[in-house]
Amino acid sequence: MPDQTLVEVAGLSKRFGDVEVLKHVDLAVRAGEKLAVIGPSGSGKTTLLRCIAHLEKPSAGHVTIAGERVGSKLADGRVVEMSDREIARIRTGIGMVFQRFNLFPHLTALENILLGPLKVLRMPREQAEPIALGLLAKVGLAHKRDAYPERLSGGQQQRVAIARSLAMQPKLMLFDEATSALDPELVGEVLNVIRQLAREGMTMLIVTHEMQFAEDVADRIIVMDHGSIVDEGPPHELFRSPSHPRTQAFLRAVLERQAMATSSAA
Amino acid sequence: MSPDPWIRAYDLLPEMLAVLLTGAVTTVEVTVGGFVLAVLFGLLFAVLQTVPARPARVLAGLYVEVFRGVPVLTQLFVLYFGLAEFGIRLHPLTAAVLGFGLNGGAYLTEVFRAGIGAVHQGQLEAAFMIGMTRLMGLRHVVLPQAIRVVLPPLGNFAVGLLKDTSLASAVAAPELAFRARTLVDQTYLSTQVYLLSAAIYLAMSLPLAHLTRRLEVRMGRGNP
Amino acid sequence: MSFAWVNDWMPELLVAALGTLRMTALAFLLAAFLGLLLALARLSRRASLSRLAFGYIEIVRGMPAVMLLFLIYFALTSWGITLGAFAAAVVGLGLNGAAYLAEIYRAGIGAIHPGQREAAQMLGMRHFQVMRYVIFPQALRVVLPPMANYLIALLKDTSIASLISAPELMLRARDLSSEYFMPMQLYLLVGAMYLAMAYPLSRGVRYMELRLLK
Repeated sequence: MPDQTLVEVAGLSKRFGDVEVLKHVDLAVRAGEKLAVIGPSGSGKTTLLRCIAHLEKPSAGHVTIAGERVGSKLADGRVVEMSDREIARIRTGIGMVFQRFNLFPHLTALENILLGPLKVLRMPREQAEPIALGLLAKVGLAHKRDAYPERLSGGQQQRVAIARSLAMQPKLMLFDEATSALDPELVGEVLNVIRQLAREGMTMLIVTHEMQFAEDVADRIIVMDHGSIVDEGPPHELFRSPSHPRTQAFLRAVLERQAMATSSAA
Repeated sequence: MSPDPWIRAYDLLPEMLAVLLTGAVTTVEVTVGGFVLAVLFGLLFAVLQTVPARPARVLAGLYVEVFRGVPVLTQLFVLYFGLAEFGIRLHPLTAAVLGFGLNGGAYLTEVFRAGIGAVHQGQLEAAFMIGMTRLMGLRHVVLPQAIRVVLPPLGNFAVGLLKDTSLASAVAAPELAFRARTLVDQTYLSTQVYLLSAAIYLAMSLPLAHLTRRLEVRMGRGNP
Repeated sequence: MSFAWVNDWMPELLVAALGTLRMTALAFLLAAFLGLLLALARLSRRASLSRLAFGYIEIVRGMPAVMLLFLIYFALTSWGITLGAFAAAVVGLGLNGAAYLAEIYRAGIGAIHPGQREAAQMLGMRHFQVMRYVIFPQALRVVLPPMANYLIALLKDTSIASLISAPELMLRARDLSSEYFMPMQLYLLVGAMYLAMAYPLSRGVRYMELRLLK
């Protein structure tokens, strides 16, 4: 069922005080689709992702994942808030990779991955450990199983963080600028892991500044600006012949920045 | 009776020591009991302060302001004499442990709150995203990290509490200071008895303070 | 339960609260002054003086304030030195507080970058002048909030002076309690009075901390 909608965002708005960060956003993501979200900083990309994960409570509108509303539900015909426990249950189906990794510093790489399966899924250790070790191997860090996060490079930390999300066997992965906090030479190793996941058919929402990566990996790109989706389309169309003026402006700015970076590096 | 109090004190030393050391044991018991209770109250209200629901936070704030703003002696009197007026007669030791637990809990709420605040918000979000509830996230992710920040002030609190238990003498809890007072009533050797008692307090508090200082240095360096 | 008694108690309790405030102020002044001497002794280059100050601070911080009060009030009497209960309480709380404030001062002085001292020395200042004109004015900012916190703690700690029958709020409450047999009402009322005195102070400290640490 490749055309089944997994994520549905309807009329989503979010305001922080007087600032409206998201303005009535509508979006549907099919199961298996890889969607890249691009746009200038402050355009609401991250907030959109965080609302889908319900780390932010929408001011209006709602998010539905696999047919289930996130954060609120209908009971006796009225919309009521979900309990902490219900939201937690929905989040087990969503993986999120943060810009700042957010590995648990008091746990080793392996323990970071095991925490969810052991404490949340209540898997027995002898069942969870092979899975966790397999995931560590998958992100190329089997030899770092007993290392604490402070002993890992940023790229290694981010790969452990991806493995930690995968251990919950999510049906949806959210990447919030997963490579922005990394030194340039470490970006590739993380992107390769994400590419691998994409090939395996994972549904993914990727907020990124890496245009080349977005073009490679995404089935569809959406462009956000000032809290709204201003443009969308398949990558080759959007990048090769952008029709929307704001997309054009954004891509031009990105190109200029890249050119400057290259010339200053030379 | 020998005229020189120091000679008399020297002759009575074994008996006096026996009485005072019995009191010191009770002092330790009240300290430990009060400490455990204070940690529990502190944890409870510190966690309540992180809850989004406003009434919970207001309640926790009120608890801290009231129990920190009123002398612990007054609190002990409310528990011991005040409740007795309404037929609730607490044992002096129960009143002491409860009083120091409630009072210390208010202090530790602030300590734990600072410890929790020192842990980056992203940690809790990462816990949420592997399906944890707020309580699970606090328990498995935030508190283990906060412990490092919290241990030194916890040690200082224990030293302070050890000394403060002397106030339980005012509600006739048979701890060190109370034994000292009764001993003075019996022997009239106030200088000698109080000096001896002070020395016993020092023998208990100085090692504890030293330990805390070492903990401070170790935690200050950052790594376990 | 009747509240008529409150009217009987209140005048007496208010007078007693004045005693609490007076005791707090006097003990604070004593502690602030002695604490400064102690801190200077502690930082002195003469090892014997520094060690003496260290010993005093360790011993006083290691024992309950009640013990100090008992020693000063009861023990000194047997040596022929008779202090009134109020004076004994002020002296005892002052001696006790001096040890705490000495550590606070020391931390404050320690927080000043050593370059400050060196710069002042290179201007030809002597030790006293370095302290007076360069170190103290800077240390004051660091030291004020913890000093104010100590003041609040002291305000509450004066209650233990009732154990040597020094005239203050808690003692008056205990007297009234044995007279009226209404301990709950009395101690709750007195608790509220302490709160009313301590709360504005703690608000003030928080405001001061925000402004000084800006």
